[in-house]
Amino acid sequence: MQSGLPLLSLVIWLPVLAGLVCLIIGEKSPQSARWVAAVATVATLGFSIPLWAGFDTSTANMQFVEQFPWIDAINSRYHLGIDGFSLPLIVLTTFITPLVVLSGWRVITDRPAQYMAAFLMLEGLMIGVFAALDGMLFYVFWEAMLIPMFLIIGIWGGTRRVYATIKFFLYTFLGSVLMLVALIYLYLKTGSYDLQDFYAVQLTRNEQFFLFLAFFAAFSVKIPMVPVHTWLPDAHVEAPTGGSVILAAIMLKLGGYGFIRFALPITPDAAHELDWLVIALSLVAVGYIGLVALVQQDMKKLIAYSSIAHMGFVTLGLFLTWSIVANTGSVVGAETAINGAMIQMVSHGLISGAMFLCVGVMYDRLHTREISAYGGVINTMPKFGAFMVLFAMANAGLPGTSGFVGEFLVILASYKANFWFAFVAALTLIFGAAYTLWLVKRVIFGEVGNDSVAAMKDLRKSEFTVLAVLAVAVLALGLYPKPLTDVMGPSVKHLVEQVTASKLPESAP
Amino acid sequence: MQTYLIIVLAPLLAAILAGLAGKVIGRAGAHTVTILGVATSCVLSMGVLKGFVDGTSEAFNGSVYTWLVTDGIRMEVGFLVDQLTAMMMVVVTFVSLMVHIYTIGYMHDDAGYQRFFSYISLFTFAMLMLVMANNFLQLFFGWEAVGLVSYLLIGFWYTRPTAIFANMKAFLVNRVGDFGFLLGIAVLFHYSGSLDYGTVFGKANEIAGQTVQIFGEESWNAMTVACILLFIGAMGKSAQVPLHVWLPDSMEGPTPISALIHAATMVTAGIFMVARMSPLFELSTTALSFVICIGATTALFMGFLGLVNNDIKRVVAYSTLSQLGYMTVALGASAYASGVFHLMTHAFFKALLFLAAGSVIMAMHHEQDMRNMGGLRKYLPITYWTCLLGSLALIGFPGFSGFFSKDALIEAVHLAAEKGQVAGAGYAYFCVLAGVFITALYSFRLVFMTFHGQERMDEHTREHLHESPWVVTVPLVLLAIPSVVIGWFTVGPMVFGNWFGGAIHVAEAHNVLGELAGEFHGPADFVAHAFHGPAVYLAGAGVFTAWFLFLKRPDIPAMLRQKLSGLVNVLENKYYFDWFNEHIIAAGARAIGRIFWKGGDQMFIDGAVVNGSARAVGWLSGVVRHLQSGLVSHYAFAMIIGLSALLAYTLLHG
Repeated sequence: MQSGLPLLSLVIWLPVLAGLVCLIIGEKSPQSARWVAAVATVATLGFSIPLWAGFDTSTANMQFVEQFPWIDAINSRYHLGIDGFSLPLIVLTTFITPLVVLSGWRVITDRPAQYMAAFLMLEGLMIGVFAALDGMLFYVFWEAMLIPMFLIIGIWGGTRRVYATIKFFLYTFLGSVLMLVALIYLYLKTGSYDLQDFYAVQLTRNEQFFLFLAFFAAFSVKIPMVPVHTWLPDAHVEAPTGGSVILAAIMLKLGGYGFIRFALPITPDAAHELDWLVIALSLVAVGYIGLVALVQQDMKKLIAYSSIAHMGFVTLGLFLTWSIVANTGSVVGAETAINGAMIQMVSHGLISGAMFLCVGVMYDRLHTREISAYGGVINTMPKFGAFMVLFAMANAGLPGTSGFVGEFLVILASYKANFWFAFVAALTLIFGAAYTLWLVKRVIFGEVGNDSVAAMKDLRKSEFTVLAVLAVAVLALGLYPKPLTDVMGPSVKHLVEQVTASKLPESAP
Repeated sequence: MQTYLIIVLAPLLAAILAGLAGKVIGRAGAHTVTILGVATSCVLSMGVLKGFVDGTSEAFNGSVYTWLVTDGIRMEVGFLVDQLTAMMMVVVTFVSLMVHIYTIGYMHDDAGYQRFFSYISLFTFAMLMLVMANNFLQLFFGWEAVGLVSYLLIGFWYTRPTAIFANMKAFLVNRVGDFGFLLGIAVLFHYSGSLDYGTVFGKANEIAGQTVQIFGEESWNAMTVACILLFIGAMGKSAQVPLHVWLPDSMEGPTPISALIHAATMVTAGIFMVARMSPLFELSTTALSFVICIGATTALFMGFLGLVNNDIKRVVAYSTLSQLGYMTVALGASAYASGVFHLMTHAFFKALLFLAAGSVIMAMHHEQDMRNMGGLRKYLPITYWTCLLGSLALIGFPGFSGFFSKDALIEAVHLAAEKGQVAGAGYAYFCVLAGVFITALYSFRLVFMTFHGQERMDEHTREHLHESPWVVTVPLVLLAIPSVVIGWFTVGPMVFGNWFGGAIHVAEAHNVLGELAGEFHGPADFVAHAFHGPAVYLAGAGVFTAWFLFLKRPDIPAMLRQKLSGLVNVLENKYYFDWFNEHIIAAGARAIGRIFWKGGDQMFIDGAVVNGSARAVGWLSGVVRHLQSGLVSHYAFAMIIGLSALLAYTLLHG
């Protein structure tokens, strides 16, 4: 029951157009710009509902496909479509953005219309990344998306925003350029930019190796993996709250999505050959980064490091298939690993978004992110304290919250590959709880820390609404993740088939 | 099925109401709604238990909903209700109900009244989910959820630095246990392809036939690995050495939850879990041996700590640790029924002792140091008598509930040691026997120091001493009744009969309780028989020693403290576990984190690689910049050189 409306184009271009409208309205009438942003993002969320409702959960084929000629000269087409991997991430994007708009409603007083415009365009471009089925189209969305984010940090950011912006830009751009080279190579090989052609083409071991490295450069920076992660804490610290939320909740997921859409199915043999590297780096993220997070003195940095550790589960889950096959002789468990990775991405989107919003709530009142500047916040902000404890527990992976589901599945699956994978991954139970609860102890609990804390006012209605919506989502996904696995099921199965089938030309093994 | 859903959801609903609408429904509304919720669960649970006692019910195993599907495996939420579950449900809801009522009195003046009721109801929900689970997923959910509520309740008075340190410590130490627990679940999931108890138990023999290589080539039996990992979880929750460190500190929470969570119910979750997993543990004597040794160590060495502590609640807490050790020893000896039986009797008398301690603390205006008490029996008669009954039950006074559970346990361990069925049983027998003396000694030290002897409190406190209100004393009396009598009625069927049926599985070779059953001829005979063994005399000796040392000659303990200051030091520092954890583990983790952060992220990656390459580019461009001098003559010169070079190249290679 796919509707006649071009829904995907709608959810991509509606926010982008609304962003243009905001720019045209300009700073003369910031309130109307805010309303445009609110209506547009809520409408986009509304249009993503039929995507979910009309999604056929029995097939791994692309759905809601739209296809038109675009750049004939290079045989690149405007080709959109979604499967079980894209849909949850698109809905995550349409769900988070209205909350970001609402959270910036009163807080952003410097050029609010442009602020809203940046987020609207960012939303459309990110959805474009998740929906593009043409390599060039994907790349255009992928790079275009950097611009609004670059501006968000550069204009509304903190004191070291220029350093952070340049670092962010250079890192992601360098990775992306290599991806562009890989895409052009695949174009020369297949004569098109269509992903289906990329999937079908046979590639030698060497070709795959270098293509994989190029993709790996782009996606590992984005997600980010150790050791190319240091741009993230800086970017988060300097970004305004809304920027941090989008960055953590959605932009990091683009890296995971890139692995799923490009690196794994296009170069499965190279991914197989290098899986040890990805697994090792993922486990390092859990252990090393977990300990680094423990000693942070800046709340945003702490959550940024916690994000890196959590994203380690995504890359771990995505690259477990071959070790499971090697250890058990069967692919059973591979789907669990990939399901876990996907759920971890969605869940982390909700939880890290909520955590950054919580920090934002406190920052708006005290204008500092230093942990030591707080203490006993719950005395003056009991409602806020309750939310913060809930999200902290979710961040620590408490069962019943979404934070548990993905980690649980990945740990179960990683045991099938190797005892020690599971052992190191499960350390997150201890490290994750340690850095999160120590943060809560120092910031939320205790006697009122100082006069500024004593003067803090509890949540405003808009803040309460945003956190409450996220809290419901975190609990709902934790208590009943089945709808998500239903949507992903066939696509996950298909991906496992793709990565376990060799793409090496038969004549030249 | 509906009944089970109501039993679980009634406390949850009450908790949500009291928690979210606490301001609207007010204090009375909050305690009414939560007490109604828990009372509903309690009455229905008793109905469920009655069905099993009558023999009219059969074990129920059904799913409520599918949590998710992955790899074609359905992970479900569902209930398994059999004799073991039914007993746990009644213990949990009954103690919880008593604690709810008691709380009305104890928390009367507290600003967080509604919040407190919400938490304890939420706890009841979580604990019921844990005991009623029919799969590992839900078990783990309940397992961590009770941990969460425990965290919230230990830190209930969140402005106290000690409370918020204790709750974080409790959660983290439990997480260390859960780390093992989750890995254990992963092992079972790997070999059985399911999280469902039934399926996993069905494949138990298959799992036991597998081997795992962990360190190099050395292979381990998969079942041993799984059971030890699961038991590490139990060590966290049930506070076994060395993961016991959180329990004494948890006394920072309000006393009602010390009774409910940190004595009667939550801390017994580990014991319950091992009993539930008996079909698995029975297949690994190595794991059982590990269990019995840990339990025995906990039983004896934690008892010693009760001897030197002066905080009334902490003495009871160390007693809890020691008794949990007893239960664990029973599990290790494959006397699961006996361990669970001790769990039940202990739940009643330990909840009673905590609530009595709370009553004393209230009367003393939140003074907890026993050195400032004494002679309270004439001011607090009901508290005194119920506390005395609880203490007698604890030390195993013949005929009281604790007597039956502990004596049966000791007999079972004795037999296990004689048969040599698990390594460490002999050590365990020594520990539990010596523990009897220690238990009696610290228990009656508490009774004598608190209720007898000189009145050591200040004048102001003495003038205001009075018995607690009925909401406090009624639960004391209601708990005292089962503390005294329940053993008499239940020891036969539960320990020596076949009451648990299929709920607990014991291998033929390990069936110590089955062998002892032949010698069991009713409770009266059991009491008489006990006088032929050492335990009763050891308990008597303990009471006598306590009387002599703390009432008759209080100068002797003072002298002993001086003479044995080295030993006392070790005990007062709790064997230096806390010191080790704080100065080595916690400080070490922070130090390593700092090294990684400053050295790895900041100096190496950012300093050397990232900013280094930026500097390198800067330097390079500085060099290259000299080429762009802006002087046409330089450019022309460069062009000429370039052209000549090109020309030369083409000429030579052309």
